[in-house]
Amino acid sequence: MKVPVAHERRAQLRALGLVAPLLIFIGVTFIAPLATMLTRSVHDPVVADALPETLALLEAWDGTGTPPEAVYAAAARELERAAAERTVGQVAGRVNRVQGGLRSVVTGTARDLGDIGQGPWREAMTAIDEAWADPATWHAIRTTGERFTARHYLNAVDLQRLPDGSVASQPEERRIYLRLFLRTLMVSGVITLLCLLLGYPIAHLIARAPPHRANLLLVLVLVPFWTSLLVRTTAWIVLLQTQGVLNDILVAMGLVSDDGRLAMVYNMTGTIVAMTHVLLPFMVLPLYSVMRGIPSTHMNAAASLGATPLQAFLRVYWPQSLPGVGAGALLVFILAIGYYITPALVGGSDGQLISNMIAYHMQTSLNWGLAAALGGVLLAGVLLLYALYDRLVGVERMGLG
Amino acid sequence: MRLLPTSIVPALLAAVSVAACGSDAPQSITTVSWGGSYGRAVNEGANIPFTEATGIRIEVEDYNGGLAQIRAQVDIGDIHWDVVDLEIADAVRGCDEGLLEPIDVNSLPPGADGTPAAEDFVAEGQTECGVGNLYWSTVYAYNDENIPGTKPATMADFFDLEAFPGRRGMRRVPQVNLEFALIADGVPLDQVYATLDTPEGLDRAFAVLETIKDEVIWWEAGAQPPQMLADGEVIMSTAYNGRIFNAQVLENQPFVIVWDGQLLDVGQVGIVAGTPRLAEALEYVAFSTSAESMARIARRISYSPMRRSGMPLVTTHVVAGVEMEPHMPASPANSARALRYDWSWWVDHQDELNERFSAWLAR
Repeated sequence: MKVPVAHERRAQLRALGLVAPLLIFIGVTFIAPLATMLTRSVHDPVVADALPETLALLEAWDGTGTPPEAVYAAAARELERAAAERTVGQVAGRVNRVQGGLRSVVTGTARDLGDIGQGPWREAMTAIDEAWADPATWHAIRTTGERFTARHYLNAVDLQRLPDGSVASQPEERRIYLRLFLRTLMVSGVITLLCLLLGYPIAHLIARAPPHRANLLLVLVLVPFWTSLLVRTTAWIVLLQTQGVLNDILVAMGLVSDDGRLAMVYNMTGTIVAMTHVLLPFMVLPLYSVMRGIPSTHMNAAASLGATPLQAFLRVYWPQSLPGVGAGALLVFILAIGYYITPALVGGSDGQLISNMIAYHMQTSLNWGLAAALGGVLLAGVLLLYALYDRLVGVERMGLG
Repeated sequence: MRLLPTSIVPALLAAVSVAACGSDAPQSITTVSWGGSYGRAVNEGANIPFTEATGIRIEVEDYNGGLAQIRAQVDIGDIHWDVVDLEIADAVRGCDEGLLEPIDVNSLPPGADGTPAAEDFVAEGQTECGVGNLYWSTVYAYNDENIPGTKPATMADFFDLEAFPGRRGMRRVPQVNLEFALIADGVPLDQVYATLDTPEGLDRAFAVLETIKDEVIWWEAGAQPPQMLADGEVIMSTAYNGRIFNAQVLENQPFVIVWDGQLLDVGQVGIVAGTPRLAEALEYVAFSTSAESMARIARRISYSPMRRSGMPLVTTHVVAGVEMEPHMPASPANSARALRYDWSWWVDHQDELNERFSAWLAR
């Protein structure tokens, strides 16, 4: 290996200095938040910090019947302290996610304990709420007490850990995330395909048009791209709704009856139509820049050697445009997988994607651990697909022109 | 290259130094509310009079509920929201989690008739960290033009596809809808939450929802139902009563509210824990939850005051001039068949029911 001489090292340092702002920017705004979020999906110290003694004593409990009096005494002391420090709500919220209904048991008990000066604590706590005599309550506390936990990831793939430590499926009516992951992948695939079908001819047309016309066409592709996402999505609602423009036209033409107006929005159709439109420029632009680099003489040469137009396209043009197809498809697919606003607005009940669930857990249920785990699974899925793509097509063949 | 004309630099420096010493000057606080017609009512009824009375400026921000932003600010310790208009369940949860400042009801001004604040507020008006401001309600409403003949009158009619065929709008959350389903199925109002508390009761509520599932358009923002009713996208929709009222009186929409089985809820105002502008925030809460402020808001949107002394001050709508009382969710005529929203039950069951509701929707 060659040892760099002084001036080379200086040049390297200077180069590093030039890219440093970008590296720092990416580190602060992308890598650090991503790492924090992924940490949250496995690390949850709130209950462990609030009830350390209770949890230590629960270790010895065999899981049947109620735990010994010492556990109750420690829990009473620590819950009272948590109430005073105003952390009991966070503890209660976590316990409640394992066993629904325990939030008010925990917060209510913590509040009422202040009026009770002395034990026996088992009777005192059971008197405040029957739930303290139920082993399931203590299982829930023990489960949430794990500082490092896999329960968010289990939850994210519709699994749960039973009190005896085995892993099992969630009950039927609570299985939701796997279905949403699959639906998200499927919808993204369909949208990618539609974008390709619509975008390919447009990109070809622009690439082959004389410059002034190409500019005009390119502007037509870019104007929607520059328009606010919300405006475009709302415009689709106006066009597609039951009393909307498209239905009115169909009724006026007599193609559908006034009672039989088509439901094209607030369902999966609406999501796919609006998202295809929103993401189309991301397919057209890479295709266009690759197609511009394909000399038109190649097609002429193929024709002069006797190929039919279809043969010429399939064997000469299409292979050369593949890098653009790859880049556009990957771009559209990855954007679609994380899409959130459009499905929220036009998705209705069956057009929701996994990102809407992540947003719900971030904003409403405040279950950031589960939101992070869902995001983690999604990230892993995308990386897997990327690796698959690299294996099958080769990332180095991807081109943006 | 010269970046700035020399004359601008001193001006900029002056501006910066003014901003830096601004902390002694009359302050500004940030209040967060729900936007739309309700946000305008709060602005005209409480914010503008407050600034006139105290000189403290108010920056208004809108949000759609939830504690996420408050929690993020408290966790990071960089608080720029001061006062937030909250749903009661969030006010209680936020209090338990240390996200909101406790507020002593005795520090609030007495009622318009001199009653001490603690007695002037209706019982559910105060929680440890929240001060009640207004009653609001989820009802269902229909567009009179789109339902010829017999009009819907009961909660059961909302779920009756034979008598009233057509699409319905409902909020895409489990709460309220499950209660409505049980009321429609004939469960007495005082038994609704007891029924929901059993697995069979929950199954029953979901089964009733199932009967209309294919005809439901799910909404998220409070502004959507009036829009969908006006467009004819749905023939009836659940909605916040104030939004329907404003469409009725300000836009002359032929909407009719069905009060049967309405779900009556209370709104609260809270202060974000650790705000550096605590004194000003307390001053604002005291002002905006006074009987006079509540009445000024209630004369702009049909949400009634939670102070006993506030109600007599609510007369007519400031623009339309209509008598407000008949439109209030808590008025005796409208609340005869009202269910009180049991936020404490929902705080316990929100997580599991949301999963179940989402799974049900996706099926």
